[in-house]
Amino acid sequence: MSRFLDAEAIEAGVQALARAIRERVGEAPVALVGIRSRGDEVAERVCRVLAEEDADLLYGTLDISLYRDDYEHLHENPQLQGSEIDFEIEGAHIILVDDVLFTGRTTRAALDALCDYGRPARIELAVLIDRGHREMPIQPDYVGIHLETERRDHVYVLLEGTDGEDKVEVRPA
Amino acid sequence: MARKDLLELARLDRGEIDRILDQAVPFKELFTRSVKKVPALKGKSVLMLFYEPSTRTHSSFEVAAKRLSADVTNFDVPHSSVVKGESVRETVETLQAMRTDYIVVRHGRSGLPEMIARQTKASVINAGDGAHAHPTQGLLDAFTLKEVFPEPERKKVLIVGDVLHSRVARSTTNIFLRLGVEVAFLGPGSLLPKHGAEQVKRFTDYATAMAWGPDVVYLLRVQMERQDVQFFPSLREYHRVYGVTTQRLRELDDKGIWLMHPGPVNRGVELCDEAMDYHRSLINRQVENGIAVRMSVLYSLKPGGEE
Repeated sequence: MSRFLDAEAIEAGVQALARAIRERVGEAPVALVGIRSRGDEVAERVCRVLAEEDADLLYGTLDISLYRDDYEHLHENPQLQGSEIDFEIEGAHIILVDDVLFTGRTTRAALDALCDYGRPARIELAVLIDRGHREMPIQPDYVGIHLETERRDHVYVLLEGTDGEDKVEVRPA
Repeated sequence: MARKDLLELARLDRGEIDRILDQAVPFKELFTRSVKKVPALKGKSVLMLFYEPSTRTHSSFEVAAKRLSADVTNFDVPHSSVVKGESVRETVETLQAMRTDYIVVRHGRSGLPEMIARQTKASVINAGDGAHAHPTQGLLDAFTLKEVFPEPERKKVLIVGDVLHSRVARSTTNIFLRLGVEVAFLGPGSLLPKHGAEQVKRFTDYATAMAWGPDVVYLLRVQMERQDVQFFPSLREYHRVYGVTTQRLRELDDKGIWLMHPGPVNRGVELCDEAMDYHRSLINRQVENGIAVRMSVLYSLKPGGEE
């Protein structure tokens, strides 16, 4: 049986994430970099919440397709979407944003990709959903929703801007 | 399922062509980063098998492969056992034993890359075979054209020179027509193909061709080392009749016409010296785009997969 999170729960997750980031981020300008796809939408929504409070934020998107570790297992290489980072990475305080944190492999790829743009002063990790089951020593600094799952469950995230609705489905294997 | 080889553009469907061109955009964006390299082909090997001399295409592929983190080996043909009479088949068997993942081939004989492709699990990319095809040139020309004209439908491109013996003309015409571009040829009657696409106009006179109203003039390279020279009275005569002279450069400028050339340019033959600095020349951009497009090609092929 599948379990679901509805739009309200997801919006609450975005708000929680924004709150957590606001509390811990000081005076220095911060850049939210969303991992495509859907991490970019989460970052954008968090930015929107924080912008209402005049927080000084930069925004960018990161495509990690060229940094994956599983090409051997794919029939076709992932479609490239491109990254958009229009600010200086060198010395920046960056918060990487993703929709779901699972094995940690995507985050590993994103760290490599980001560092090829320059040397940030600091990189943190914010995720809308932490579903556990890490395969790498990677932990989030900010979490919107903690979700209990089995290792083999599939977690499908739909977001308003990307998919037309906010919905999370946890489907057992 | 991804394609194994890139042998000629006619075999790619429109979706595959669009995908290669679209993906070249993010690859080109990488060139402005502090690190221009990505790890996508880390641990993979690319073998450069050039039986014909080439500086541009060879180095373009080499840079593309290295920016994808692949290891590049040059199979140095003149110094290898080819001169000792080893056949291409034996060479390929040797290469197969080296377990290379991609082979970039240039050969004077049409169809040779295809023969190699059938014998190996490696992805084979045709970097020019005889007068047959030069698919990555066609792709980079299309990419460059689309940068200038994002909607290239019904734009007019005039291809000038020895169209008959040119694999560049063949591949570039193929892709331009499929993008909805109108193509015309200008050259000596004996060097224009008698057959082929009906919608392609053929001109033998420069003024008539210009009256057709091209948006781009694409000059083919006069192949000094190949057969071309015998068809022209002299290089000076070629320049006078078909080249972009100082006077014609002004006409191009007045009419806002863009200039393309696959390189390397024979100065004073296809182009006068001043044309090298023409502000609507896309020649240097073709070189830069060639790397991005070849990265996109390498990224889209899957070694060992099915053709």
